[in-house]
Amino acid sequence: MAGKRKPKVAVWKFASCDGCQLSLLDCEDELLAVAEEIEIANFPEASRAVVKGPYDLSLVEGSITTPHDEERIHQVRRSSKFLVAIGACATAGGIQALRNFKDVQDFISIVYATPDYIDTLRTSSAISEHVRVDFELRGCPINKMQLVEVISAYLKDRKPVTPAHSVCVECKRRGTVCVMVSQGTFCMGPVTHAGCEAICPSYNRGCYGCFGPKETPNTESLSEWSKENGMAGEELVRAYRSFNACATPFRKESERHD
Amino acid sequence: MTNEPRIIERNALNRLLEVLVQEGYQIVGPTLGEGAIVYGPVQSSEDFPAGWTDEQEGGVYRLKKRADKALFGYVVGPHSWKKYLHPPERRLWTGQANGTDFELTPEPIESTRFAFFGVRSCELHAIEIQDRVFIHDDHVDEDYKARRENAFVVVVQCGQAGKTCFCVSMNTGPKAESGYDLALTEILDEGRHFFHAVAGSPKGAAILQQVEARAATSSDNAEAEETVQKASQQMGRTLDTAGVKELLQENAEHPRWDLVADRCLSCANCTMVCPTCFCSTVEDTTDLTGDHTERWQKWDSCFTMDFSYLHGGSVRASTKSRYRQWLTHKLSSWIDQFGSSGCVGCGRCVTWCPVGIDLTEEVRSIREDKLVPLSSKKEASNGNA
Repeated sequence: MAGKRKPKVAVWKFASCDGCQLSLLDCEDELLAVAEEIEIANFPEASRAVVKGPYDLSLVEGSITTPHDEERIHQVRRSSKFLVAIGACATAGGIQALRNFKDVQDFISIVYATPDYIDTLRTSSAISEHVRVDFELRGCPINKMQLVEVISAYLKDRKPVTPAHSVCVECKRRGTVCVMVSQGTFCMGPVTHAGCEAICPSYNRGCYGCFGPKETPNTESLSEWSKENGMAGEELVRAYRSFNACATPFRKESERHD
Repeated sequence: MTNEPRIIERNALNRLLEVLVQEGYQIVGPTLGEGAIVYGPVQSSEDFPAGWTDEQEGGVYRLKKRADKALFGYVVGPHSWKKYLHPPERRLWTGQANGTDFELTPEPIESTRFAFFGVRSCELHAIEIQDRVFIHDDHVDEDYKARRENAFVVVVQCGQAGKTCFCVSMNTGPKAESGYDLALTEILDEGRHFFHAVAGSPKGAAILQQVEARAATSSDNAEAEETVQKASQQMGRTLDTAGVKELLQENAEHPRWDLVADRCLSCANCTMVCPTCFCSTVEDTTDLTGDHTERWQKWDSCFTMDFSYLHGGSVRASTKSRYRQWLTHKLSSWIDQFGSSGCVGCGRCVTWCPVGIDLTEEVRSIREDKLVPLSSKKEASNGNA
């Protein structure tokens, strides 16, 4: 019966550190179940075996930084029923999108002995700027349980449960004391998308914004707080320019203080 | 059995905890957490935050050392008892595929008998408000009801108030008058350290009887009364509740809502720390096989987009509409819905708002502006148009 065919899942890498796709291998307890339920059709980090498309689900890691990748992502889209962008690189351009604030030619001439060999785009951009994306899973890196949730949801035709509210909700549910209020520590939590289970505040540090902007982020109000608490504009620029520097609300807020 | 006030010396307080444990209670109470006084499991009176207090302002909470060794010399922290009565995350049921059918297994009703040690008057009122929502409304939450019925409530009357406290305005404190099993007042005076104890229920009286204590003298009673009187003089905030229901309902388009929306992070902290906010969402998840399903109930907030998501999008897309929804529900439509205000004046939403938005200030701004009759303002603006 056709229904018994295992769904074909492919994992694609663009400009990235591989950390997000490795989250799939990190799913130690769930890995056997994953392997039971899906056919890993293309996953170079796990196996050299490549099964031809089309694919039921493509997980795309990394950002688009070269003309070659710009073409390749269209091929991935064409061969995929669902395309899910995973991680800050794929959803916002990643840490390498810091180049977008400068002239990339300057970097090339400084870094490479033979700049002529380098064929790169001016910017690092999110997958959604090139092709239609069915779902974006946030994080640097992504949360492996959320990855299992997204795969489960797509295989069962339901909406993934990955709320877009603030990290604060996760802090409060786990009973973590607010580091902003109790210590005056700058924390990106109020403007950052949930999903990490509020790891940093639970270790007594402010949130670094690894999951990018939440729904309706009020970055201006948070910046106002940080100025009242003695932070300089350049510190704010650095806070917003990390893994999700080119996610629009974070980019705009950093530009306001640049 | 007598309901006359008793005096428990500081060094006999552990006996009270021992009796509660013997009676099958799991004691939870104030402990020193990371940067704040939080509620957690308590084994002995040594776990209480002896010698610590808190200083609070809008968006600011700081632990400070006290000059004495008071165990309950603080106000209220970020936690409230709702984390035990209405837990942040709770599985409701699991479903298992079973050939062509499936089987649902409801989560067992919580059977732990909690002893809440150190409940403040405002918190007791908050619990009573949640009782009206979860037990006395049309739909009974059986898990909440079981937790509530099993709970033993030890009040510790407030001996001081914080800068964000306004229970006097809300008529919810500082003295707890009823609804508890035991009410203690901590007294430190000229080298003495003792607790004035009153039973508020037969359960409480039975426990108190097992603790080494002497009858309170009239001067002990006066001292206990004075302690809580002192707290009532220290309220850092006030909220004029006269006609607040109508005030907010008539001012849905007041410009103040735009100003507060500029500051509001829509982070949901105020609703999470509020001891009466009761909203939750349900999340259904499947595992990879699709044979196993779980439904979880989690604290939700009217500050999220999903909260008001109906077919086609969120009804309250702007932060302005979400803040307005929260404040008008809390202070106004709550009265229509449940017969009381939803605010107990504990000040948590003021202290734990990272940017210090203060609902007492918001109401005051709307009220003061209201002194100019709304109709004449409209006429004036129409005239100018």
